[in-house]
Amino acid sequence: MIQFLIDGLVNGSIIALGAVGLSITYNVLRFANFAQGEVLAVGAYVSLALVSLMGVGIGRLGPISLGWPLLGSMVFSMLVTCLLVLGVDWVLFRVLRQKQASRITFIIAAFGVSMMVRNVITLIAGGDQLFYSFYIPKAIKIMEGVKILPDDLLILFITLISVISLHVFLNRSTMGKKMRAVAENPALAMVSGINVERVFKWSWILGASLAAVAGTLHAHITQLDPEMGFELILPMFAALVVGGVTSVYGAVLGGLLIGLSESFAVAGGGAAYRGAISFMILILVLVFRPQGILGEKERDD
Amino acid sequence: MSKARIILEVDQLTAGYVSSMMIIEDVSISVREGEIVTILGPNGAGKSTLIRSICGLVKYTEGKVRFRSKEISGLSTHEIINQAIAYVPQTNNVFSRLSVLHNLDLGAIANPDFRKERLNRMFQLFPDLQKYQETKAGKLSGGQRQMLALARALMSNPELLMLDEPSAGLSPLLRRQVFEHVQRIHEDGVTVVMVEQNARAALKVSDRGIVLSEGKLRLEGPADELLEHPSMREIYFGAAPGN
Repeated sequence: MIQFLIDGLVNGSIIALGAVGLSITYNVLRFANFAQGEVLAVGAYVSLALVSLMGVGIGRLGPISLGWPLLGSMVFSMLVTCLLVLGVDWVLFRVLRQKQASRITFIIAAFGVSMMVRNVITLIAGGDQLFYSFYIPKAIKIMEGVKILPDDLLILFITLISVISLHVFLNRSTMGKKMRAVAENPALAMVSGINVERVFKWSWILGASLAAVAGTLHAHITQLDPEMGFELILPMFAALVVGGVTSVYGAVLGGLLIGLSESFAVAGGGAAYRGAISFMILILVLVFRPQGILGEKERDD
Repeated sequence: MSKARIILEVDQLTAGYVSSMMIIEDVSISVREGEIVTILGPNGAGKSTLIRSICGLVKYTEGKVRFRSKEISGLSTHEIINQAIAYVPQTNNVFSRLSVLHNLDLGAIANPDFRKERLNRMFQLFPDLQKYQETKAGKLSGGQRQMLALARALMSNPELLMLDEPSAGLSPLLRRQVFEHVQRIHEDGVTVVMVEQNARAALKVSDRGIVLSEGKLRLEGPADELLEHPSMREIYFGAAPGN
């Protein structure tokens, strides 16, 4: 049972990181960014490119497989994905904002971006499954019948650091405070002297950085393929709704809950139910608590 | 008063939310430093659209706006606010999920100098805000929210404060308090332009009034003369029978 709990937390951490980015885009830019899965995939592939260049086994970091090259690649992929999303915002979403396009136009545009990016990934990297390394790390026994991989510990640690950093950023930094203001009332934020366009840029940067981290970590413990973004976007949306779309912390909680429920679904009935369980929870939450666990009732604007 | 320099000049402004239907047409007004000016008019006259246009929230198709002789037409809203202009919308004028203190901090973004001094002054003007500084703005009463909205706007130390129906939806007692606060803010050297439906109470504290009807400037003059002006009745009751 504890083993499934640990597996669920590891899986949930990755979903949570992706869902936080989704939550920021949803609340600040006010649309459901269906391309967030592909941003995550881009992060994973950029890391793969750098890990391959740097080579496996250089610069070991204790028992963590790949060591420093993995962390270095993650930072580099954060930079690349940020530049990519800022570029897409500049040529597409900024123009839609100027035209005061409807929310549905933004969502369809995001769908278009996701399809395009997925195909570009296939074109460049091919459609086959790829791996960061074929090294099989040794699990650490933490109690009788319960083992954890050092890489899983690293994922839990990075998620914890990311969530704490995000909390400090949103509550202590001026940009974080501005972001919360824009998320609540963009018109009032503007008349308070906030440059809303700059806040939008920072929201993209934050969301893309977290997606790059989540994508790299996910690919590190599983594999890469061009469909990985599409496969992850659905649990990420489920996490967002379960936790509450208006709350960034809700996205973290939702991600962990979805990860845990998927893990226990595997324990109870087999891997075939893994995908179905998150949607069952999603439907139950939508029926009984539509605002999610930590969310507030949404405005109609 | 008439010798004071012009702080705000609106020149032949035509604006609307969609290009096919203009809400205000060819409106020109000027406001002198140190004045309290009330913009009056029946519902749908274009009063709010006028001050929203000045703030850059509504794009205008024709006309110019100058603040302290500098043209601010075409600037984005945050750039206009950074010129020492503050605006308080009629509704949704506080960040209700954020604390009172966080709201006041956001008000100081346009001008972070002397933030502490401004904060102390706001707590002097509105003692309730100090008491509830850690409370979420959404939990305040209607009157306290209006005070917070005024204080948030004043945190940037503006030279010009624009208020959109500050007394709307308040009880007679709170309404009186709002106008007393407007007077006190004015005594601090702030020029005030406010849109109001409550003509009598607003003109009592104003130097001048401007009357709009159907998007056009109909009348302007000293506050104490305007209420008795023979055209006032016609503008109000002619445009909105039964009011």
